[in-house]
Amino acid sequence: MKLHEYQSKQIFSRYGIPIPKGRVATTPDEARNIASELGGRVVIKSQVLVGGRGKAGGIRLAKDSHEAGDIATQILAMEIKGLPVRKVLVDEAASISKEIYLGITNDRAARKPVMMASSAGGVEIEEVARTTPEKIIKTHIDPLLGLKDYQTRGIAIGIDLPKEYWKVFIQIANGLWQAYQECDATLAEINPLVITGDNRLIALDGKMLLDDNALFRHPDLAELRDLDVEAPAEVEARKYGLTFIKLDGNIGCMVNGAGLAMTTMDIIKLFGGEPANFLDIGGGAGSDKVAAAMRIILTDPNVKAVLLNIFGGITRCDEVARGILVALDEVKPKVPIVVRLVGTNAEEGRKLISEANMISADTLVDAAKKAVAAVNPESVGRYSK
Amino acid sequence: MSILINKNTRLIVHGITGNEGLFHTTQMVAFGTNVVAGMTPGKGGEWVVNGKIPVFDSVKMAVETTGANTSCIFVPARFAADSIYEAADAGISLIVCITEGIPVQDMMRVRNYLDQKKSRLVGPNCPGLLTPGESKVGIIPGDIAIPGNVGVVSRSGTLTYEVLYALKLLNRGVSTCVGIGGDPINGTNFIDTLTMFESDPQTEKVVMIGEIGGTDEEKAAEFIANHMTKPVVSFIAGQTAPAGKRMGHAGAIVEGGSGLAADKIKALQAAGVRVATHPEEIPSLLF
Repeated sequence: MKLHEYQSKQIFSRYGIPIPKGRVATTPDEARNIASELGGRVVIKSQVLVGGRGKAGGIRLAKDSHEAGDIATQILAMEIKGLPVRKVLVDEAASISKEIYLGITNDRAARKPVMMASSAGGVEIEEVARTTPEKIIKTHIDPLLGLKDYQTRGIAIGIDLPKEYWKVFIQIANGLWQAYQECDATLAEINPLVITGDNRLIALDGKMLLDDNALFRHPDLAELRDLDVEAPAEVEARKYGLTFIKLDGNIGCMVNGAGLAMTTMDIIKLFGGEPANFLDIGGGAGSDKVAAAMRIILTDPNVKAVLLNIFGGITRCDEVARGILVALDEVKPKVPIVVRLVGTNAEEGRKLISEANMISADTLVDAAKKAVAAVNPESVGRYSK
Repeated sequence: MSILINKNTRLIVHGITGNEGLFHTTQMVAFGTNVVAGMTPGKGGEWVVNGKIPVFDSVKMAVETTGANTSCIFVPARFAADSIYEAADAGISLIVCITEGIPVQDMMRVRNYLDQKKSRLVGPNCPGLLTPGESKVGIIPGDIAIPGNVGVVSRSGTLTYEVLYALKLLNRGVSTCVGIGGDPINGTNFIDTLTMFESDPQTEKVVMIGEIGGTDEEKAAEFIANHMTKPVVSFIAGQTAPAGKRMGHAGAIVEGGSGLAADKIKALQAAGVRVATHPEEIPSLLF
């Protein structure tokens, strides 16, 4: 789950990281008032969960509160990469003498968190990694020991941070580590961390990604989720404990298990079709879940056929079959449905749905071919083996 | 021979009194796994599965009383890390964690702790292990594989069942099937498992099923090129997965251009591994 800049910075501030004075506004009037409270010169920053806000014109400087209101009017009317701007952050404008990058993320291969810093702040770290990787200094953090001051000092030396800033830099790094750990973040990033004209260190921009699997212990953070970035069907699916990802094709897929669900998409493509979605109904799915999944798939107007691929392990095929019958009764689909049931209680499952008007398949290849043929008979067999 | 589990496996089930724990314990017992104990705090003293399996309040007590050497964890994600620590501290040598959805920072702590211990963890977010004819630990349906000489290692659950089933239909058997799980941080990876298969006399060929996310397949490819004498056949799921989306498994995500199926397939092919275009093609590449 992604947090907005203002949410991330508020969290950072709670952990002792200095941030600019500022507040969020949802109307131009509010923006104007905040700007006059802050003394006039402010930065108006759109709060949308995509990168490249600056380039899109979503971050602008205002020299007084009047201009702040005008700019807020314009930015609040914008859409950036398809997302509407609903809020702007109005921050005091800082004088910048140097920009630094500081972030903590999970290093999957090392199985440890890694702290990264760079003297080339203000640019995306991926960009720095591509063009000048030598400017990135990394140190792995032992998750059982935590971040140690000497490690942060090593980073400060590595990015040539003048020693008068080391003490406050360590304080900021420790705050960031604490925020990362206590919020179960997968990324906590300050970019840029700036040295101001009056020699202070301030987190000018902040970004946090949170581990969805850990939200059960952070109900307060879970509430911060911005549903604008997710397709409505994905939100709906989550309510039922389903994982759904919308794609551009026309063959809807319902599968149990993530690996098999990906494979089902792949094999549809292999035989000349295009999957409309990824959908994992999970292990042990009952009939209500199956019915919900069917409803969600069929809300996509692009879907011209559905492929149900169930390999029963914990999931029992007869349960799935019951769910299919409930769903058919409820949504009365007008598109052909190809069903493959294998594994636990497959026989009972097949018997249950034998009366329903569906196309049955034995193997994965058979199922894929039938689904592709149902959509476009000519495209089948582009791949033949 | 087989790897990790066999007739001498003495299993304790964490969360044995829960729905899933009880269902799968019954299945494991029916398969022939020697389930010697269960563990659910507060339910010590009860007996389950027709009064055959004693339940203990702690793993330590269960180990002392029953000599359990392997554990299988079915507890909910929020308690799973604690269960792994408990098993490791009780001296369990093989810990199989089925639980899905453990916070990744919990797993980083667990993994770094286990690195200082003698216990091996398989999983989490995995279907467990199956040695046909001898023992099964976890949730792999016992009847979809027969004993044989193919070692199977996989990051996925149901996709693995497909492969086992495809082999069975051709009357081809399996030495051991290891589900290493779909999480980004796990206890046992491809290289660990390939090493065990390479030195297992029963295993003659290996099937490795990977998916998008991370670079474990690429590392495995390098290992295969340098250390494996037995032939390896592979399949990689997720060629059509969009970047930046987590495809069901916490670990199945293409991030910053890394973790692509195409890169994994290329690395494996360069290492001499035959990569199937779909799972049902695997048997024809093996034999």
